[in-house]
Amino acid sequence: MIRAQRTPSPADAGRRVYRLLIVDDSNIVRRRIERSQHFEDLQVVGTAGNGLDALEVFAATDPDVVTMDLTMPRMDGIECIGRMVELKPSVRILVISALADKATAVEAMERGANGFLNKPFSDRQLNEAIAELMRGA
Amino acid sequence: MLHEQELRIFVEGTTNFFEVAAQQPATLGSPYLAEVPPPLHEYTGVINVSGKREGVVYFTAPKAMLAVLLMKMQETDFSHDTMRDLVGEVANTISGNARRDFGGDFLISVPSVISGEAAAIAPKAGARSFIIPIHWRSHSAKLVVSLG
Repeated sequence: MIRAQRTPSPADAGRRVYRLLIVDDSNIVRRRIERSQHFEDLQVVGTAGNGLDALEVFAATDPDVVTMDLTMPRMDGIECIGRMVELKPSVRILVISALADKATAVEAMERGANGFLNKPFSDRQLNEAIAELMRGA
Repeated sequence: MLHEQELRIFVEGTTNFFEVAAQQPATLGSPYLAEVPPPLHEYTGVINVSGKREGVVYFTAPKAMLAVLLMKMQETDFSHDTMRDLVGEVANTISGNARRDFGGDFLISVPSVISGEAAAIAPKAGARSFIIPIHWRSHSAKLVVSLG
Protein backbone atom coordinates (compact mmCIF):
# COMPACT_ATOMS: atom_id res chain seq x y z
CA MET A 1 0.00 0.00 0.00
CA ILE A 2 1.54 3.27 -1.11
CA ARG A 3 0.03 6.71 -1.05
CA ALA A 4 1.75 9.98 -1.79
CA GLN A 5 0.06 13.33 -1.43
CA ARG A 6 0.63 16.80 -2.90
CA THR A 7 3.35 19.06 -1.59
CA PRO A 8 2.33 22.03 0.60
CA SER A 9 0.53 24.78 -1.33
CA PRO A 10 1.85 28.34 -1.66
CA ALA A 11 -0.71 29.25 0.99
CA ASP A 12 1.55 27.47 3.40
CA ALA A 13 4.40 29.85 2.59
CA GLY A 14 5.61 31.93 5.49
CA ARG A 15 5.50 29.22 8.08
CA ARG A 16 7.23 25.92 8.12
CA VAL A 17 5.09 22.91 7.34
CA TYR A 18 6.62 19.63 8.42
CA ARG A 19 6.11 16.76 6.04
CA LEU A 20 5.06 13.45 7.62
CA LEU A 21 5.35 9.95 6.17
CA ILE A 22 3.44 7.19 8.01
CA VAL A 23 4.76 3.62 7.69
CA ASP A 24 2.82 0.70 9.17
CA ASP A 25 1.53 -2.57 7.75
CA SER A 26 -1.85 -1.97 9.38
CA ASN A 27 -4.32 0.27 7.54
CA ILE A 28 -6.08 0.87 10.84
CA VAL A 29 -2.91 2.17 12.50
CA ARG A 30 -2.00 4.36 9.53
CA ARG A 31 -5.44 5.95 9.52
CA ARG A 32 -5.37 6.29 13.31
CA ILE A 33 -2.07 8.21 13.23
CA GLU A 34 -3.29 10.42 10.38
CA ARG A 35 -6.57 11.14 12.17
CA SER A 36 -5.17 11.62 15.66
CA GLN A 37 -2.25 13.91 15.05
CA HIS A 38 -3.49 17.43 15.68
CA PHE A 39 -0.65 19.66 14.46
CA GLU A 40 -1.57 22.43 12.03
CA ASP A 41 2.02 22.61 10.86
CA LEU A 42 2.26 18.90 10.07
CA GLN A 43 1.11 17.58 6.72
CA VAL A 44 0.82 13.89 5.88
CA VAL A 45 2.60 13.57 2.54
CA GLY A 46 2.45 9.80 2.20
CA THR A 47 1.80 6.40 3.72
CA ALA A 48 3.26 2.95 3.15
CA GLY A 49 2.59 -0.57 4.38
CA ASN A 50 6.10 -2.01 4.32
CA GLY A 51 9.72 -0.89 4.28
CA LEU A 52 10.30 -1.24 0.53
CA ASP A 53 7.24 0.79 -0.39
CA ALA A 54 8.20 3.31 2.28
CA LEU A 55 11.54 3.95 0.57
CA GLU A 56 9.72 4.71 -2.70
CA VAL A 57 7.38 7.17 -1.01
CA PHE A 58 10.29 8.64 0.92
CA ALA A 59 12.15 9.40 -2.31
CA ALA A 60 9.03 10.87 -3.92
CA THR A 61 7.87 13.05 -1.03
CA ASP A 62 11.01 14.05 0.91
CA PRO A 63 9.44 13.94 4.40
CA ASP A 64 10.88 15.73 7.44
CA VAL A 65 9.40 13.31 9.94
CA VAL A 66 8.46 9.64 9.72
CA THR A 67 6.46 7.30 11.95
CA MET A 68 7.82 3.80 11.50
CA ASP A 69 6.43 0.38 12.44
CA LEU A 70 9.05 -2.36 12.91
CA THR A 71 7.40 -5.71 12.22
CA MET A 72 6.41 -5.49 8.56
CA PRO A 73 6.57 -7.77 5.50
CA ARG A 74 9.11 -7.34 2.66
CA MET A 75 11.41 -5.01 4.62
CA ASP A 76 11.23 -4.46 8.36
CA GLY A 77 11.38 -1.10 10.06
CA ILE A 78 14.91 -1.45 11.44
CA GLU A 79 16.42 -1.83 7.96
CA CYS A 80 14.16 0.86 6.54
CA ILE A 81 15.30 3.36 9.21
CA GLY A 82 18.94 2.79 8.26
CA ARG A 83 18.19 3.31 4.55
CA MET A 84 16.22 6.50 5.17
CA VAL A 85 18.92 8.00 7.37
CA GLU A 86 21.49 7.26 4.66
CA LEU A 87 19.33 9.09 2.12
CA LYS A 88 18.53 12.03 4.41
CA PRO A 89 20.50 12.28 7.66
CA SER A 90 18.30 15.11 8.96
CA VAL A 91 15.08 13.07 8.85
CA ARG A 92 13.42 12.56 12.25
CA ILE A 93 11.98 9.08 12.82
CA LEU A 94 9.53 7.99 15.51
CA VAL A 95 9.25 4.23 15.89
CA ILE A 96 5.70 3.13 16.74
CA SER A 97 5.83 -0.57 17.50
CA ALA A 98 4.41 -3.30 19.69
CA LEU A 99 7.93 -4.63 20.28
CA ALA A 100 8.52 -3.55 23.84
CA ASP A 101 11.97 -4.88 24.72
CA LYS A 102 14.83 -2.48 25.40
CA ALA A 103 17.18 -4.15 22.92
CA THR A 104 14.84 -3.37 20.03
CA ALA A 105 14.53 0.27 21.08
CA VAL A 106 18.31 0.55 21.37
CA GLU A 107 18.81 -1.04 17.95
CA ALA A 108 16.30 1.33 16.35
CA MET A 109 18.05 4.32 17.94
CA GLU A 110 21.43 3.06 16.79
CA ARG A 111 20.11 2.87 13.22
CA GLY A 112 18.99 6.48 13.45
CA ALA A 113 15.52 6.61 15.04
CA ASN A 114 14.87 9.59 17.30
CA GLY A 115 11.97 8.34 19.43
CA PHE A 116 10.08 5.21 20.39
CA LEU A 117 6.36 4.84 21.16
CA ASN A 118 4.93 1.50 22.16
CA LYS A 119 1.63 0.18 20.84
CA PRO A 120 -1.05 0.42 22.04
CA PHE A 121 -0.93 4.20 22.40
CA SER A 122 -3.36 6.94 23.31
CA ASP A 123 -3.91 10.09 21.25
CA ARG A 124 -2.15 12.09 23.96
CA GLN A 125 0.91 9.82 23.89
CA LEU A 126 1.03 10.00 20.08
CA ASN A 127 0.87 13.78 19.98
CA GLU A 128 3.46 14.19 22.73
CA ALA A 129 5.83 11.89 20.85
CA ILE A 130 5.28 13.70 17.54
CA ALA A 131 5.76 17.09 19.23
CA GLU A 132 9.06 15.89 20.65
CA LEU A 133 10.08 14.65 17.21
CA MET A 134 9.22 17.95 15.52
CA ARG A 135 11.18 19.94 18.09
CA GLY A 136 14.34 18.41 16.67
CA ALA A 137 13.38 18.66 13.00
CA MET B 1 5.97 -25.33 28.92
CA LEU B 2 4.45 -22.03 29.88
CA HIS B 3 4.72 -20.99 33.52
CA GLU B 4 2.12 -19.09 35.49
CA GLN B 5 4.30 -15.99 35.63
CA GLU B 6 4.71 -16.06 31.86
CA LEU B 7 0.98 -16.47 31.34
CA ARG B 8 0.49 -13.34 33.43
CA ILE B 9 2.51 -11.40 30.85
CA PHE B 10 -0.14 -12.13 28.23
CA VAL B 11 -2.99 -11.42 30.63
CA GLU B 12 -1.49 -8.00 31.41
CA GLY B 13 -0.85 -7.35 27.70
CA THR B 14 -4.47 -8.12 26.85
CA THR B 15 -5.75 -5.94 29.69
CA ASN B 16 -3.53 -3.09 28.56
CA PHE B 17 -4.65 -3.36 24.94
CA PHE B 18 -8.33 -2.93 25.77
CA GLU B 19 -7.69 -0.16 28.30
CA VAL B 20 -5.61 1.90 25.90
CA ALA B 21 -6.78 1.03 22.39
CA ALA B 22 -10.48 0.54 23.15
CA GLN B 23 -10.51 2.95 26.10
CA GLN B 24 -12.71 0.50 27.95
CA PRO B 25 -11.30 -2.30 30.11
CA ALA B 26 -12.08 -5.92 29.35
CA THR B 27 -12.82 -8.53 31.97
CA LEU B 28 -10.52 -11.49 31.69
CA GLY B 29 -11.59 -14.93 32.87
CA SER B 30 -9.21 -17.30 34.59
CA PRO B 31 -6.79 -18.81 32.07
CA TYR B 32 -7.17 -22.55 31.65
CA LEU B 33 -5.32 -25.35 29.96
CA ALA B 34 -7.08 -26.78 26.91
CA GLU B 35 -6.84 -30.47 26.22
CA VAL B 36 -7.92 -29.81 22.64
CA PRO B 37 -7.52 -26.53 20.72
CA PRO B 38 -10.62 -24.34 21.09
CA PRO B 39 -12.96 -23.60 18.20
CA LEU B 40 -12.22 -20.36 16.42
CA HIS B 41 -14.46 -17.31 16.15
CA GLU B 42 -15.05 -15.60 12.79
CA TYR B 43 -11.70 -13.78 12.78
CA THR B 44 -8.37 -14.97 14.17
CA GLY B 45 -5.02 -13.20 14.17
CA VAL B 46 -2.10 -15.61 14.47
CA ILE B 47 1.48 -14.84 15.50
CA ASN B 48 4.12 -17.52 15.10
CA VAL B 49 6.75 -17.44 17.81
CA SER B 50 10.32 -18.66 17.41
CA GLY B 51 13.70 -18.24 19.06
CA LYS B 52 13.72 -18.52 22.83
CA ARG B 53 10.23 -20.05 22.70
CA GLU B 54 8.43 -21.93 19.92
CA GLY B 55 4.73 -21.90 19.22
CA VAL B 56 1.82 -19.66 18.42
CA VAL B 57 -0.18 -16.89 20.04
CA TYR B 58 -3.56 -16.10 18.57
CA PHE B 59 -6.49 -13.80 19.22
CA THR B 60 -9.86 -15.05 18.00
CA ALA B 61 -12.98 -12.89 18.10
CA PRO B 62 -16.48 -12.63 16.64
CA LYS B 63 -17.24 -10.04 13.97
CA ALA B 64 -19.70 -8.19 16.24
CA MET B 65 -17.03 -7.59 18.86
CA LEU B 66 -14.54 -6.35 16.28
CA ALA B 67 -17.11 -3.96 14.84
CA VAL B 68 -17.64 -2.33 18.24
CA LEU B 69 -13.90 -2.26 18.87
CA LEU B 70 -13.40 -0.45 15.54
CA MET B 71 -16.06 2.08 16.50
CA LYS B 72 -14.34 2.73 19.82
CA MET B 73 -11.13 3.30 17.88
CA GLN B 74 -12.92 5.97 15.76
CA GLU B 75 -12.59 3.78 12.68
CA THR B 76 -15.22 4.22 9.96
CA ASP B 77 -14.33 1.29 7.72
CA PHE B 78 -15.99 -1.95 8.85
CA SER B 79 -15.09 -4.04 5.84
CA HIS B 80 -13.90 -7.63 5.89
CA ASP B 81 -10.34 -6.45 5.21
CA THR B 82 -10.45 -4.07 8.16
CA MET B 83 -11.71 -6.83 10.46
CA ARG B 84 -8.77 -8.97 9.31
CA ASP B 85 -6.40 -6.07 9.85
CA LEU B 86 -7.71 -5.55 13.39
CA VAL B 87 -7.38 -9.14 14.65
CA GLY B 88 -3.87 -9.25 13.24
CA GLU B 89 -2.98 -6.00 14.96
CA VAL B 90 -4.39 -7.15 18.31
CA ALA B 91 -2.39 -10.39 18.16
CA ASN B 92 0.72 -8.50 17.06
CA THR B 93 0.41 -5.91 19.83
CA ILE B 94 -0.09 -8.39 22.65
CA SER B 95 2.71 -10.66 21.39
CA GLY B 96 5.09 -7.77 20.76
CA ASN B 97 4.47 -6.34 24.21
CA ALA B 98 5.44 -9.71 25.69
CA ARG B 99 9.02 -9.08 24.55
CA ARG B 100 9.31 -6.58 27.41
CA ASP B 101 9.52 -9.63 29.69
CA PHE B 102 10.66 -12.43 27.40
CA GLY B 103 13.40 -10.34 25.76
CA GLY B 104 14.55 -9.91 22.19
CA ASP B 105 14.99 -13.66 21.62
CA PHE B 106 11.21 -13.99 21.69
CA LEU B 107 10.82 -13.62 17.92
CA ILE B 108 7.39 -12.94 16.49
CA SER B 109 6.19 -13.17 12.91
CA VAL B 110 4.05 -10.70 11.05
CA PRO B 111 0.42 -11.65 11.70
CA SER B 112 -1.44 -14.12 9.55
CA VAL B 113 -5.23 -14.07 9.65
CA ILE B 114 -7.85 -16.78 9.46
CA SER B 115 -11.41 -15.76 8.71
CA GLY B 116 -14.63 -17.65 8.07
CA GLU B 117 -15.16 -21.29 8.79
CA ALA B 118 -11.91 -22.84 9.92
CA ALA B 119 -10.70 -25.74 11.94
CA ALA B 120 -8.97 -25.17 15.24
CA ILE B 121 -5.26 -24.37 15.23
CA ALA B 122 -3.19 -27.36 16.27
CA PRO B 123 -0.52 -26.61 18.87
CA LYS B 124 3.12 -27.23 18.01
CA ALA B 125 4.57 -30.51 19.27
CA GLY B 126 5.39 -30.29 22.94
CA ALA B 127 3.34 -27.15 23.49
CA ARG B 128 0.17 -26.91 25.53
CA SER B 129 -2.55 -24.37 24.81
CA PHE B 130 -3.60 -21.95 27.53
CA ILE B 131 -6.81 -20.06 26.89
CA ILE B 132 -7.43 -16.60 28.29
CA PRO B 133 -11.16 -15.75 28.04
CA ILE B 134 -11.81 -12.09 27.22
CA HIS B 135 -15.17 -10.46 27.96
CA TRP B 136 -15.68 -6.97 26.62
CA ARG B 137 -19.02 -5.21 26.63
CA SER B 138 -21.46 -8.00 25.69
CA HIS B 139 -18.93 -9.94 23.63
CA SER B 140 -16.47 -12.72 24.27
CA ALA B 141 -13.19 -13.56 22.60
CA LYS B 142 -10.12 -15.64 23.44
CA LEU B 143 -6.40 -15.22 23.50
CA VAL B 144 -4.68 -18.57 23.07
CA VAL B 145 -1.05 -18.95 24.10
CA SER B 146 0.60 -22.15 22.96
CA LEU B 147 4.33 -22.09 23.60
CA GLY B 148 6.82 -24.91 24.09
